[in-house]
Amino acid sequence: MTEFLAYAVERYTYWAYVALMLIGFYAMIAHGNLLKKLIGMNIFQTAIILFFLSISAKRGATLPIIPPEAGELVVAPPHFMNPLPHALMLTAIVVMVGTLGVALAVLIKIHRTYRTFEEDVILRQT
Amino acid sequence: MSEVLNALFLALLVILAGAAVRVRDLVGAVLILSAYGLTMSLVWAGMGAVDVAFTEAVVGAGASTVFFLATLLRTLPREQPRERRARPATLVGVLLLGGLLLLAIHEFPAWSDPASPASLHVSPRYLRDGYRETGAPNIVTAVLADYRAYDTLIETVVIFTAGVACWLLLPRRDP
Repeated sequence: MTEFLAYAVERYTYWAYVALMLIGFYAMIAHGNLLKKLIGMNIFQTAIILFFLSISAKRGATLPIIPPEAGELVVAPPHFMNPLPHALMLTAIVVMVGTLGVALAVLIKIHRTYRTFEEDVILRQT
Repeated sequence: MSEVLNALFLALLVILAGAAVRVRDLVGAVLILSAYGLTMSLVWAGMGAVDVAFTEAVVGAGASTVFFLATLLRTLPREQPRERRARPATLVGVLLLGGLLLLAIHEFPAWSDPASPASLHVSPRYLRDGYRETGAPNIVTAVLADYRAYDTLIETVVIFTAGVACWLLLPRRDP
């Protein structure tokens, strides 16, 4: 039992990612309000980005910025964080903003036609 | 960032996310989401991802909130989101997904393990040779703007497409 507890505490960050993802997923599929669905989508996306970024963390390492005086010296990789997830997730954030902008534009269009954000009211009108 | 602070911020994130989903007032939910974005950027800065944290502080806490509020101003929804009983199938689906994700936890390396597979395989090469090959001290910049320059270039096409889509979708001011 204590073994399991120590194990669970050691991986506490994963619990937070799973909780955030589930909150976002729940809002996306259970909420009837379209704006709330978008809020859920935003939470879901940031949870995935958080998971990727946590992979790049290394105990006792510093930011992946090489001091210029390092020059020709060989840089020791364990002293710097993994830069690849950072670069990938910068791209992901840009895509996140793109999808959010288009989704909100569609939402305004929907509201123009149906005068509501509620899914069931829209379905009844069609 | 110390472990304790990290854990506290993660707990705060879960609380804010739950509140943003739960709160019935839409403007309130959007503002809580903005606080969530700011907290998220702090967590990322603590994890060492400063470049991503800057972007999230600008985009997640700033631009997204402005987009949401602009949408609400344009539409002025009079009704509050209705409370709906969650259907059992929904809860089962969410819990099933959660169970699957929790099952996968023990396959992953422990938090901030320097010997995790992701840190041993490809990235040491970029850390070792990145500065010499590109002249950029920040390796994230080197990867983004040099090794993956075409990807970043085409990224602007994505933003352009999204901008054109918004422009086409948004109703004109004078019909």
